[in-house]
Amino acid sequence: MKRFYLREIAHARAGDKGDASNIGVIAYVPQDYGILLEQVTVEAVRRHFGALVKGRITRYEMPHVEALNFVLENALGGGVTRSLSLDPHGKSYGALILTLPVTVDATVAERLIAQGRQPLP
Amino acid sequence: MSAHRSAKAQERGHLRIGAGASYAGDRIEPAALLAEHGALDYLVFETLAERTIALAQVQRLKDPATGYNELMEERLRAVLPHCKAQGTRIVSSMGAANPQAAAHKAAQIVREMKLGPLKIAAVIGDNVLDYCRANAQTLPIMESGLPLSSLQGEILSANAYLGADNIVQALEQGADMVLTGRVADCSLFLAPMIHEFGWSQSDWNLLGQGQVCADMVECGANVSGGFFADPGYKEVPDLGNLGYPFLEMRPDGHGVVAKVAGTGGVINRAICTEQMLYEIHDPAHYITPDVVVDFTEVRLTELGPDRVGISGGQGRPRPDQLKVSVGIKEGWIGEAEITYAGLGCLNRARLAEQVVRERLRIGGVQLDELKVDYIGMNSLHGAASLPTPHEPYEVRLRFAGRAKAKRDAAKLAGEVETLVGKGPAMSSLPRTAVREVLAIYSVLIPRAAVQPQLLMLEVA
Repeated sequence: MKRFYLREIAHARAGDKGDASNIGVIAYVPQDYGILLEQVTVEAVRRHFGALVKGRITRYEMPHVEALNFVLENALGGGVTRSLSLDPHGKSYGALILTLPVTVDATVAERLIAQGRQPLP
Repeated sequence: MSAHRSAKAQERGHLRIGAGASYAGDRIEPAALLAEHGALDYLVFETLAERTIALAQVQRLKDPATGYNELMEERLRAVLPHCKAQGTRIVSSMGAANPQAAAHKAAQIVREMKLGPLKIAAVIGDNVLDYCRANAQTLPIMESGLPLSSLQGEILSANAYLGADNIVQALEQGADMVLTGRVADCSLFLAPMIHEFGWSQSDWNLLGQGQVCADMVECGANVSGGFFADPGYKEVPDLGNLGYPFLEMRPDGHGVVAKVAGTGGVINRAICTEQMLYEIHDPAHYITPDVVVDFTEVRLTELGPDRVGISGGQGRPRPDQLKVSVGIKEGWIGEAEITYAGLGCLNRARLAEQVVRERLRIGGVQLDELKVDYIGMNSLHGAASLPTPHEPYEVRLRFAGRAKAKRDAAKLAGEVETLVGKGPAMSSLPRTAVREVLAIYSVLIPRAAVQPQLLMLEVA
């Protein structure tokens, strides 16, 4: 078992609606979707984002495209138009979710290392 | 009835709808290229973000002849000769806060370019400011549940998200160009499908699938390589020369997203998935004015280089209410940044933060919220940022504060300006800005409260 950043198995894009951010997290290969389902949970995202998210977090599953959609309420500093953030739309939140560490089995780890990806120490 | 439908599309068995813009200031030359080489039946320019129309309204209040998209003239001049030559019709929200003025301006441009005869339609009636002001006591704000009247500031604009139906009407009447104000982004793309294929506006599954396809291109280049590249992970060829996307739609709702050969960018399953999830919440229940869309059974299939097939979208009956974006003045934001570099820069920046906080206290500056960022370390993700292993070589300290009064926002900026000479040693010069907050809230109003109309102009 080895740990990698989520970035090594998934990509992401974040959008905004009012004060809510949504983040699509998509497995690069279908066989890694199970890792997302198991480890990229609402609880994990809540811990990872900490004080950035003041409201509810909901996760939606999209198995046909091997993706999860997270909705983070009260997460954009009061909304795009009144936020004091340099990133009022939270478009960089995609990059933040990809810094979540995930644990993968030996087969996946071997594949990632063969691609030149570094496990976490 | 085949009146005012594309013979070209009927001949080849599919309809081609191009995405020429996805925000007010979008690039123009890729849209012109798409108009010239995309063999389009329709070219759509979506140019209204949540706040754009409120800003346009402010502009219109200053000068009643303005309030439409500032790049409209440049855009139309770049694409109109191609559109005219190929019979491509234009659908756009460039009318913003003043679709009538936009239509008259467009007619003038068509006359000057000698591109008549051409019919131009303006969709008028998304402005529901009077209704919202009159019902402010009872309209709940979607974000808070409190009535609209609980907001402190002056309400500047209220625009309902219209659907496809009024655009369809304009197309049925032969409009070559339809200019709208606030219309749901995807509806601009759905309208040509409904018109050309004669889709019933209560065939919810067909409309749902049409919306899924529309959603794929409504952010323009975001599905053809934009906002996707991550070197070593997600490669995008020739990113500086991104081609804008188009849809090929079949009458049964099956769609393909593609781009003009030879342009930069990429269209594959990965970017289409990113775009499909972009700004949706519950994928089984995405509310638009035309249909409630269900994305959960959508299949995306790579059909060839830069070609992805879209199928499986579903839908349920449209809502009885329309969403309204309300723009309201809500105080001021003061911002200021200053950079420290070299050994000890972080300690000097931290000391500068303490100095500014002390000065704000002494000056009795009233801020509703103050945010302090260390750019290079935590400005976007705060405490959730990964720790920096070493002290950075330089750090940019940023203050942003929201205040009810302009003078308090200005004082924050002023206290950062005086750091040079009176704060810690060896900084850059600061940069400061003070701006008014135009906040956007949403309310729902009954569909019947909105009565859109068409203005038709004919250029001989």
